[in-house]
Order: sequence, then structure tokens, then C-alpha cells
Amino acid sequence: MAVYKRTYKPYTGAMTPEWSRFLILPRFAWRTLFQTRFILIFYVICFFYPVGAAIAIYLNHNLSFLSQFSPKLASSNGLFEVGGRFFALYTSIQAAMAFILTSFVGPGLVSGDLSNNALPLYFCRPFSRTEYVVGKLSVIALLLAFITWVPGLLLFGIQGSLEGWKWVSANAWLAWGVFVTNFIWTLLISLLALAISAWVRWKVVAGGMLLVIFFLGSGLGQAINAILRTDAGYWIDLAADFGQICSDFYRIKDHTDVSTEEALTSLALMCALSVWLLWRKVRAYEVAR
Amino acid sequence: MTTNPVIELDNLSVRLSGREILRGLTGSLSGRTIGLLGPNGAGKSTMINTLLGFYPISGGTGRILGLDIRTQQREIRRQVGYMPENDSFIGQMNAVTQVRYMAELSGLPPEAALERAHEALYYVGLGEARYRKLNGYSLGMKQMAKLAQAVVHGPKLVILDEPTNGLDPSARQRMLRLIKEMRDSGSMHIVLCSHLLRDVEETCEEVVILKQGKIVHISNLEEERKLNKRFLELETYGIQNGFVDAAEKLGCECAALDNGRVKMILGDGVEIRDIYQLAADRDLQLRRLSHRRDTLEDIFLKAMRGEDTPEVKR
Repeated sequence: MAVYKRTYKPYTGAMTPEWSRFLILPRFAWRTLFQTRFILIFYVICFFYPVGAAIAIYLNHNLSFLSQFSPKLASSNGLFEVGGRFFALYTSIQAAMAFILTSFVGPGLVSGDLSNNALPLYFCRPFSRTEYVVGKLSVIALLLAFITWVPGLLLFGIQGSLEGWKWVSANAWLAWGVFVTNFIWTLLISLLALAISAWVRWKVVAGGMLLVIFFLGSGLGQAINAILRTDAGYWIDLAADFGQICSDFYRIKDHTDVSTEEALTSLALMCALSVWLLWRKVRAYEVAR
Repeated sequence: MTTNPVIELDNLSVRLSGREILRGLTGSLSGRTIGLLGPNGAGKSTMINTLLGFYPISGGTGRILGLDIRTQQREIRRQVGYMPENDSFIGQMNAVTQVRYMAELSGLPPEAALERAHEALYYVGLGEARYRKLNGYSLGMKQMAKLAQAVVHGPKLVILDEPTNGLDPSARQRMLRLIKEMRDSGSMHIVLCSHLLRDVEETCEEVVILKQGKIVHISNLEEERKLNKRFLELETYGIQNGFVDAAEKLGCECAALDNGRVKMILGDGVEIRDIYQLAADRDLQLRRLSHRRDTLEDIFLKAMRGEDTPEVKR
């Protein structure tokens, strides 16, 4: 752009509303993220299953089309049932994709600002630590929303539009389940990734830490359960806790011996711990002790 | 000079990790450019960080541009620009993107922020390098980029923490010229925190000297400069023969030192030619006559030598 004014002039124009400023963080972060071809390609791959599921739902209601290839299908009621199991499978696949994406995107979000001493630049402006955390959280959470509960609800909408209002009203709990389970998962992994990013400045190690927390936690939890003949191991087995929540919300067979309330409490505690860890690190300057 | 105080401190104390870093700072500063001086560890940066709300206050309070630093922090940050001492940038961003980002965080709409970012970078002399990534900048360029982000949103007060740190002489001169330009534009106040006396002397109207977490001296350099215009140091040869008494009768304040040296503050209406005349009347040779002036270094050293001062010298 052409610059005509080369002297200092104070700014006197309009200002943006303060409540919306946390959204500046995801806007700039996404621009940088999608410059990485790998992230862009992986993000596109994350849409394969939802798109495939949408096509499957459509074909499930167009058996006359499929009967051209197999005449037996014309007399059947459909290829598969769109119910709890369908959305549980959808959630487990998309949760895995979201987890992998988070392990690539999350580690650099806060650690970059910490290692480059950028936090004073944020906090010397009318921009609080809470807004910073919410802004950074929304970088991942919104990114994950578009590959988890948003397409999940779209699938529900497609199925509902093809089946009719009666199906929608009878299966509204499915939409609730899609939203709640995916939201809990994205919130959990986003907060964990941010907390790790704040404490581990080396990206590769931070990404590895996320995997360790889930896989090692899961293995350790099961070992505790087996050796001590207790259910206490589920408190650190986040994947099992999430599985139990999905089982409950999608009304399928119980996944584990732990109750949904206990599983929700365990995940809530992990989220609270992540917020606390994040809060301790996200400040303009650390006080040397 | 403005009369409204820019910074007011009222017994401000800060305790970090159980140690008292700032101890009952009290004072009022109203210069367009305020220098914050002190040896390493005196509490300069802590004071700045406290004023910006980065550190909790353990006692007392303060006001910036009339706003309470305890209760109106957000309002203060709207009106303040800050240039940190250390390298501070957002990795992988070029200068124009970062300055735009900072402008948006300060509340500017995206289009205005982009325009201001270009202007600010041109203003600090980084116009041609504005699309380069900040992590590839030299130290001098990084300092300029930090200055650009500090002024991009048009603050009323800019706080510069060691702006000339690590700069080569020409870059230092460029930085000082910019600070003077900003000062002379009249649109903002500047707080310059530095341990380089020459930088402060060159740019500041008012100076605060900190020592061990206390304010030991506040002075208005402009007023001191005016006073110093009438401060002479003479070296005489011969018998003084009532020279000092005669000068005092004219209204000068004199102090006779050894080896014929005399320190003198000229009285109102007394000119140097009157002193020459007095010396000539007494056949006294004036071997040297110089305008002695307390430099900032003198003021600083005096403040450093002084005992812990219960009240601020002003």
C-alpha cells in the first residue's frame, strides 16, 4: 500500500468492541497455521469421514439408486441404522482426528509467545490474561469444532431432513449427544494442549507430552485397576472416561466400570488443572523466586 | 510544560517473592518527557511494570494521566504504549503483521490497524524492511519495531524501557531523534527508563532517580538548566583584595576555594562584564571563567552518594 503520512499522528478513529478482541488471536493464528501445507492437508483429510457419512446417509435413503447395482436392496429398509452407534463411531473417529490435529497445532500456541517474550506486548494493551487464554483456546477449539460437532450436527440435520420431523423429535437426544461429547473432548484436548504448551517450550516434546498423557495415563490407569483391583485408575484414564461418557450419551452398552458422573468429574478436574497450570504461566513477566 | 501530572505516586510499594522491591515511592511528575534513572536493580523496570499492572501493589497507590493504577488498569492501558526492554516479538510474523496485530489488540479496526502499521513502520525507519520476519531483524531493527508497536495506536503516554540498549551509535542517535520528535509533536508524554545518563539528559525534561527501590531525587532538568546559566567557576591569579566581598555586594553568591578558585552564582541584573570590571579594578587576573553547570551525571552521582533519603530532594 502507498504510505503518504510519514510523521507521527495520534489515532482518533473508531474502536472495535472490547468483547470481540479475543477473536483477533484465532484470526491471526489460523493465517499462520494454514500456511503450513501439512496442517492444511491434514485438516482437509479430517473432513473425509463426515463427507463420507453424509453421502452414506443420502444413499441410505435412495435405495432405488443403489438397487440399480444390487436389486435386493430395493426391498430392504436401508443399509444401516442412523442411531447411537452411528454417531458413536463418528465421534470416535473425529475425536481421534481432532487429537492428532491438536498435537500438531497446540504445542506452539503459547510456547511461541513465552519464548519470544511476547506476553508483555499483549498485556500492556486493554487485553487481559483471561482474554488471552480464551483467545488461544478458541484457536484450537473453533478449529476442532468444524471437524467434530459442527459436521456431526449437520449429519443429524441431513438425516432429519430425509427422515422427517418425527425422527428428529424422537432422536433429539442424539443431537445433544453429538454436541456434548464432541464439545467435552475438544475442550479437554485444547486445554491440555495449551497447558503443555505453556510449560514445555520445545514443540516436539510438547506434542509428545499430549500423547504420553493419554496413552501412558490410559495404560497406567488400567494397570492400577488390574493390580489393585479397584476403579481408581479411571481417574487418570482420560480415554476410558471419554468412552464412558460417549456410551451414556449415545445410549449404547456401558464402556467401562466407571460411572458417567465419575468420568465427567475426572475430565472436569483435568480441565481445571490445565487452566490452573496455564494461569500460572500466562503473565507479562515471571517473578524470579 | 503541562501542569496536569502524568504520573503521581502515593507511597507506592511493591513486594515480590517476599522482598520489598519498591519502598514507599511518592512524587508527582508532569514533564512531557520523564527520565527514570537508577543503577541496575534500583527498581526502574519494576516501577514501570507496576504502573502497567504487571506486578501486584503491596501498599499505597499511583495515578497515570489521572487514572488510578489499582482500579482503572484497563483504561490506563488504552492510553499507554509500552516498549519492553528485552526482545519481544511474535515468532514467524513479519513486522507489518505484528504491528497490525498489536494495533488490533489495542482496539483499532483491521483496515485502520493495517494502515497505521505501515505508517508507524515508515515513521521509525523500517518502511523498506516491513515485510521481513522479525526474528531475522538486527538488534537495532528490533528496537525500532518495538517502538512502532508502542506508538501504533496513538497512545497519550509511551513508556520506553531502555530503548537504546545494544544500539550502535548511529542507531542510538536515530532512536533519540525519534524520541525527541515524538516529544516535540506535543501529542504524547514519554517515560524513558534508562541507565544511560546522556540519553536521559538529551531527551528528558524531568528526571526521577531511584536507588534501592526508593526515589532519591526528582528534578526538573529544564529549570535546573535555567538556574545553571548563572553559575560561574573562576580561576584567579594574584591577591583577591576584596574581590569576593565586592561581588557579594553586587548580589552574587560566592564561595572562595583554594588556589584562587571562586564559585559564583550571578545575582539578578549582574552580567559577566561586571565581574571582569571588579577584577580589573583590583588588578586581579582572571585566568579562567567558565559556566559551570551541574550535569545530570553530577545530579546522579550526588543522589547515589547520599544516604537513604527520608524525603525526596526536589
